This record gives sequence, C-alpha cells and structure tokens, in this order.
Amino acid sequence: MSDVWPGYLRSDGRKGIRNLILVIYTVECAGFVAHQIGAGDDDVHVIGFPGCYDNQYAVRMMLALGKHPNVGAVLSVGLGCEYTQPKRIADVVRESGRPAEWFYIQEHGGTTASIEHGRSLTASLRERLRTQTQIVEMTWSDLIVGAECGGSDGTSGLAGNPVVGAFFDLLVDRGGTAVFEEIVEMIGLKPILKQRAATPEASAALERTYDKAERYCREVRQYSISPGNFAGGLTTIEEKSMGAFAKSGTKPIQGVVQVSEPLSAKGLWLLDSVPDAFFMQFGYTNPNDTEGIMDLIAAGAQIVLFVTGRGSVIGSPISPLVKVTGNARTFARMREDMDFDASRVLTNEVSLKQAAEELAKLITAIAAGMPSKPEALKHREYFLMYKYQDTPSLEAGCHA
Amino acid sequence: MATAFKIAAKDNVATMLESSRPQEIQLRGEALQEEFLNLIESIELGHKIALQAIAPGEKIIKYGVAIGLASQPIQRGEWVHLHNCQSQLDERSSTLDLHTGLPGDTRYE
Repeated sequence: MSDVWPGYLRSDGRKGIRNLILVIYTVECAGFVAHQIGAGDDDVHVIGFPGCYDNQYAVRMMLALGKHPNVGAVLSVGLGCEYTQPKRIADVVRESGRPAEWFYIQEHGGTTASIEHGRSLTASLRERLRTQTQIVEMTWSDLIVGAECGGSDGTSGLAGNPVVGAFFDLLVDRGGTAVFEEIVEMIGLKPILKQRAATPEASAALERTYDKAERYCREVRQYSISPGNFAGGLTTIEEKSMGAFAKSGTKPIQGVVQVSEPLSAKGLWLLDSVPDAFFMQFGYTNPNDTEGIMDLIAAGAQIVLFVTGRGSVIGSPISPLVKVTGNARTFARMREDMDFDASRVLTNEVSLKQAAEELAKLITAIAAGMPSKPEALKHREYFLMYKYQDTPSLEAGCHA
Repeated sequence: MATAFKIAAKDNVATMLESSRPQEIQLRGEALQEEFLNLIESIELGHKIALQAIAPGEKIIKYGVAIGLASQPIQRGEWVHLHNCQSQLDERSSTLDLHTGLPGDTRYE
C-alpha cells in the first residue's frame, strides 16, 4: 500500500488533493449565472450564500472555503446590490497566494454576457493553475479527514460509525488529523466526552461545548432523535448518541474548533457547529447533512467520510465525499453511490481493524486522484446558512 | 439461525441483526462470553435483547456505557425498549408508542 501520493502545495504550506477553481456567489440572485459559469467543467465547483443581508458566520465560511487546500483559484460573483462584497472575498483569497477574480453582474450586462465574462475568467485562472501549481509529495500527516453521519439506521452505530472510528484511530496513529461534529448527537455523553480530552484545556472546551449544545436542544425543545429511530430499535437519546459518537474512534480529543476556524494541531478534533445563544434561535438542531459536511470542509478537511445506513445520494463540492454504509442491502441496492461496505464486520467476515485498513487503502486512492462515487456522479450539494457564532452583541447595530 | 450483535464486553444487551420469533439465536461480535441465547418473545431487526436479568433501576449497558435505566424487571432473552428502559435525560421518550415511536401528547384539534 502506497502511503505517498502527489498533492498540490499552497503558499500557507497546506496541501490539496484536488486543484479546483471555486466560483463563489454572494447572493441568490447571482446563483444561476455562477452555476452556468461552472457548467460542464469538472474542475470548477460552485458555492454561494443566498441571503442579501450579510452574516459574519457565512462570510467567514466563504473565506475558509476560498482558501481551502483543494482550491487553487477563486472567482467571486455578485449581483451588485447585496451586502456581501465579492471584491473583498477575492482580496482575501489573493492574500493567501491564490489567483482570484471577481465581478458584478450588473456591471457586465445580462445573463449571457455575465456567463461569457465568467467563463473567460475561469479559463485564465485554469491556465495560471496549470503553469503555476507546485506538485509535491503528500502523506497521512498532510491529511485532514472529516466524518459525518446521516440517513442512519440500526447498522450505523454497530458497523458504519465504528469502522470510521477505527479508521480515525489509524489516521491519528499515522500523524494525520481527524475531525468530527454533531455534538447535538452526543447528548448524554458528557462524562465520556470529558474522559477523552487530551488536556485540561480540551476538557474544559468539551464541557463548554456540550453544555451549549444541551441548552440549545432544550431551548428549541428537541433532541436529535425521531419516531423512525425509535421504531428502528433505538430506545433512548443516549443510545443514539453512543452510536453517532462511535465514529470518533478512541483517541484523545485535542480540543474544539468553531466553524471556519483552522485546526491548530494534528490529532482528533471536535467541530462545534451549534449556534451560540442569540435572539434568533431556529427550531432545529441539525438542519441537514450537507450543512454539517460543509462545516467539516470549512475546517480544512480534504476528504469527508459520510456514514449512511439507509442510503443517501448527496455529494459535496471542494472535498470528495466518501460514503460508508453498514447495511449490506443498502450497499447492494445503491452500489453506484456507496464507496465502502462496512456491513462485513457484522457477519464477522472482517474485524473492525481489517475494515479500517481497507478503508485507509480506499482513502489513499481517492487522495491520489481517483474520484469517490458521489464525485464521479458530479454531486456537488452545498448549504450555507445564516448562523450566529462568535457574533458581536445585539447593541452593535440595529436600534429600535 | 437469527443473529444478534454484542458490541462491548460489559454490555447487558445485544442488537438483533434479523427479526426473530422466540427461539435460540446466535450472538456475534468481538467481545463474546457466550455464543447462544434463547429469545423469550419476538424481536424485530435493530431492537435489543437482554443478555441477563436486569432489575428495575439498574443500568442498561450498550457500547460499554449506560444508555438508560431499567424501569421494569427484565428477564434474559426479553425485548428491551421504551416499555422497560428509561432515558436519564429525555422524559418524553418513555411516553411514545412502543411500536411506532409516535408521540401521543401532541394535540391535533
């Protein structure tokens, strides 16, 4: 098994496994043009923020994605009257050493003229990437892998998540970085989380993050468990939480990062995606799987593992999504979408450790350029939302 | 033969890998102390079976940790679910329909 593959060196020292052009639109009104600019080009991915009124959390996220190691260049597209400024996005990306362009649709005529202008800009960005990107050797210690689960069934907690957890153990042992989220699916596990802390500081951060998540669940009057979960055999939120937490493996947790915050050291990290206390509390704990996947990518993950027992057909822009299922029937029925069959640990066909080694082999192939199943199918779902984390007080701004 | 999966050595429940009527089933997993067990009632795929007798107030252990407390005496081979296992955090879950998980406390009027 090869533990070295070619990567794309960025000027901040991070290495990418893809060399993409990212088109970022700054309001829904520019979304159609942005998607048309990227249409038909596998090396152009598109993300954007729908709101006209801007949001600090969303801006931080667009900047983190624009400077992602898998992104080599950025084109930022605005309509021309929204709050979020495409020029400022391009400036920050340029400061990171990447080529970046921007324009306002209203300054370039209508739909067709804007698409043509955008396509000429992506063509010149592609040429600069082709001639300027430095290709270097890359290995486990250069890799950040994220993990998320969704469309879970009884096998996710028994096979899918434990196999990902065993792979995370192996990744950390090889000097890499692993990041997981879904703290709202860790309700009931506070003492267990704290036992896993690498340092007293990490323990305090885990406790704060847990308490915030539990308070949030109480405020929106919702734990992350549904009638279908109970009918499928889960009896308590604690049981569901343990099944979800299994994907973190067994290594010490180095600390907690908030969304779009870079990881400061290697090893295993918890990503906190729960909104801070704010006057706008939305009535859900996790809006959808794609939102969590985007949070993991914004943390710098070059690959994200997605565990799904029932089966899911999403993908992601920027970083390949790798689908793991613990359900043999789902693997057979949705073969085209599923990357890895973890169900064999339930029949004692392979041990957890063997399954994790096989998954590691698949990850190196994908890191070396083989498309994951959702990537090959051109799934590029994304979701950027209004959220409040680390936001100035209410007194700053609006007055009645 | 139907099978059930036990995760950690300390667990006092296992999870059914197929639905089964009352009969002898086989246990699977990397932490087994025994290989066979008698179901004393029908249990569906994904649901839990008690590996030993559990008294009211005792912990129900899966993944090596307490996932709830027994609210009724539980026999070896019995189905463990909302009717005899109570969350330590979520009071509402014990009021849900045992088979569908649906709530009965929301008014539709």
